[in-house]
Amino acid sequence: MAIQSNLQNRRQAYWRANIRILTILLSIWFIVSFGCGILFVDQLNQIKLGGFKLGFWMAQQGSIYAFVVLIFVYVRVMNKLDQKFNFDEKNN
Amino acid sequence: MDLKTWTYIIVGLSFALYIGIAIWSKAKSTSEFYVAGGNVSPLANGMATAADWMSAASFISMAGLIAFGGYGGSVFLMGWTGGYVLLALMLAPYMRKYGKFTVPEFIGERFYSRTARIVAVICLIIVSVTYVIGQMKGVGVAFSRFLETDYNTGLYIGMAIVFFYAVLGGMKGITFTQIAQYVVLIFAYTVPAMFISLKLTGNPIPQLGLGGSVADGTPLLEKLDKVIQDLGFGQYTTAVNGSKLNMFVYTMTLMIGTAGLPHVIIRFFTVPKVSDARLSAGWALVFIAILYTTAPAVAAMARLNLTETIQSGTVGEPIGNLQYEKRPQWFKNWEKTGLLKFEDKNGDGRIQYYNDQDNAFTTKAAEYGWAGSEMTTVDKDIIVLANPEIANLPDWVIALVVAGGLAAALSTAAGLLLAISSAISHDLLKGIFRPDISEKQELNASRFAMVGAIAVAGYFGLNPPDFAAGTVAIAFGLAASSIFPVLMMGIFSKKMNRQGAVAGMITGMSVTLLYVFQHKGILFISSTSFLGNMEPNWFLGITPNAFGAIGALVNFAVAFAISKTAPEAPQEVQDLVESIRVPSKD
Repeated sequence: MAIQSNLQNRRQAYWRANIRILTILLSIWFIVSFGCGILFVDQLNQIKLGGFKLGFWMAQQGSIYAFVVLIFVYVRVMNKLDQKFNFDEKNN
Repeated sequence: MDLKTWTYIIVGLSFALYIGIAIWSKAKSTSEFYVAGGNVSPLANGMATAADWMSAASFISMAGLIAFGGYGGSVFLMGWTGGYVLLALMLAPYMRKYGKFTVPEFIGERFYSRTARIVAVICLIIVSVTYVIGQMKGVGVAFSRFLETDYNTGLYIGMAIVFFYAVLGGMKGITFTQIAQYVVLIFAYTVPAMFISLKLTGNPIPQLGLGGSVADGTPLLEKLDKVIQDLGFGQYTTAVNGSKLNMFVYTMTLMIGTAGLPHVIIRFFTVPKVSDARLSAGWALVFIAILYTTAPAVAAMARLNLTETIQSGTVGEPIGNLQYEKRPQWFKNWEKTGLLKFEDKNGDGRIQYYNDQDNAFTTKAAEYGWAGSEMTTVDKDIIVLANPEIANLPDWVIALVVAGGLAAALSTAAGLLLAISSAISHDLLKGIFRPDISEKQELNASRFAMVGAIAVAGYFGLNPPDFAAGTVAIAFGLAASSIFPVLMMGIFSKKMNRQGAVAGMITGMSVTLLYVFQHKGILFISSTSFLGNMEPNWFLGITPNAFGAIGALVNFAVAFAISKTAPEAPQEVQDLVESIRVPSKD
C-alpha cells in the first residue's frame, strides 16, 4: 500500500466529512418534501396550523422554506469545513 | 389612459432598460461571452438564476396548475424548488471548481470521450430547443393579447430584444438583464397577489393570507374546499395528482430534472469562487421562493373568486347562479380572447360551472335542472392574467403583469439560447471539429451561433409544432434521465468509465423518449401514439411527464452494469475528480 501524501489524506478526510454532511442534509430534504408533503401528508393533515392543514402547508409552502434553510446551513457548514481542512480559497 | 397605452408604456420602459444594459455590457472575450468573466457576485448571480429559471410557465401557468390541481399541484411547487437543494449541494460547487465553460465540456473531459461530449450536446440541444419554443410562444401570445399587435410581430420584437443583449453581451449582457427582469417579474407577480390577499383575508402577505379567514370568519381553505366540493370537484386541500406514487415520481423527476438543466447549471460558472457558487444557489432559491410561496395563495384565492363569482348563492337554487347577462367586465374581456367560454346548455340564462365528469354529482346536478358544465373553457392561464382585473386593480398593475410575463419569458429564452450557442461554438466547433480556431474566431462563432439559435427558436415560435404542449415532458424527462445521472456519476464516482457513462446516457434518454412518444405519439404526432395517452396503460400509473426519474434509474443501472465490462477511468481522470472535489487550487 503506497504511502499517501498529506494532501491526499486531507482530501480523503475532507471528502468523507462532505459526504456525511450531504447525507444528513439530503435526508432532511427528503423528509420535508417527500415525507411530509406526500407520504405522510394525510396523517399530518390532522394537525392544524392556523387556517392550514399541516400536510398541505408542508407540501405547498413549508418544504420550500425548509429548502432555503438547508442550503444556507450547507453554505455555513461547508465554509467551516473548508477552513478546517485548509481548502478554503483565500488565495484565489 | 387606457390599458393598451399603459401596457405600451410599461413594457416599452422595461425593454429600454434591457437595451441600455446590453449596450453597457458588451462582451470582449470568450470568457465574458460564456461566463461573464467569472466575476458575478453570489447575490447578483442568485437573482439572475432566479429569472433565468422562472419562465413564462412559472409566471403564468403554474398558479393555474395549482388552482385546478389543489394539493396535487404541489408536485410543481416542491419539484421546481427542491431541485435547487440538489444543485447547491451536489453540482454547483464542483462545476465551479471544474471552471471551464459548458456542461458537455465537463462530461467530455470527465469521461475522456468525444462521444460522450456529442451525446451531451445532443441532449442539451433537444432539452433547450423544446424549452425555448415555449418561451417564444409566450412572448408572441403576450404581445397579441395585450398589445394588440399580431402574434408574428410580437415574436419579431421579442427576438430583436433578445438578439440585442444576448449577441452583444453574451453571458455578461444576459446576466444583468436577467437581474432587471427579475425585479420586473417579482413586482408584477406579488403586487396583485398582495392586493387580493388583503381584500379577501385582510392580510396583505399572501403566504399568510392563504392561512387566514374570509369575511365571514371561515378559514379561506376550508371555504374553498367546501365551495368546490359542493360543485362535485374533489377537495382542494387533498386532491391527489394521479396517485401518491405518481406524485412521488413526478416530484422526483421535476427535482432532478431541474438540477440537470444545462442553462441553469452554466449560471454557476459565472461566480468568482466555489464558496460563492454554493451561496448563489442559496440566493437563487430565496428569490425563486418569493414567487413560489406566493403562487399557492394566488391559486387558491383566484379559484375561490372565480367559483364564487359564478356560484354566488346556494347550489341548487336557480338564483344561486350568476346570470350570464350580469357577468362582470373581466369575464367579458377574457371571453374575447377565447380563454373563457360559456355555453348555455340548459337555456336558463344562468351559468352553471361544476364537475360534470363525476358520476355521483351529475345525478344531483340533473335534479337541479343542470345539463352539463356550461363553462366549456376555463384556460388555466387566466388565473394569473385575469387576477388583477378580478380584483379591480388599476390598469397600470395589469400592464405590469404583462411586462412581468414578458420578462419571465425573455430571461429564460436568453439563458437557453446561450446554452445552445455555447454548445455549438465551444463544444462542437472548438471542442471537436475545429480545435485550432483562435479565441477571436471562437467569439465570432459564438455570436453567429447565437444569431442562428434565435432564428431557429423564432422559426419554431412562428410555426409551433404540435409537440409544443409536450415540451415539459421532454425537457425535464431528458434532463432528469440523461444529464443529471451522468453528472452525478462524474462527480461522486471516481471510477465510472466512459463506456458506462455513454451507455447510461443513451439508455436513459431512449427509455424516457420511448415512454413519452408511445403515449403521446412519435414526435407528438398523435396518430402514432400506439399505447394511447390512457391511464390504464401507464407504467404503474406514472404519467409521461413524470417518467424522467424512472429513466434516471435505468441510466444508473445500465451505467453500472456496462462499466464493469471495461477498465475503470484512467488515473488522470480520477485526479481530475479529486481536484474538483476541493474548493482551493492546490
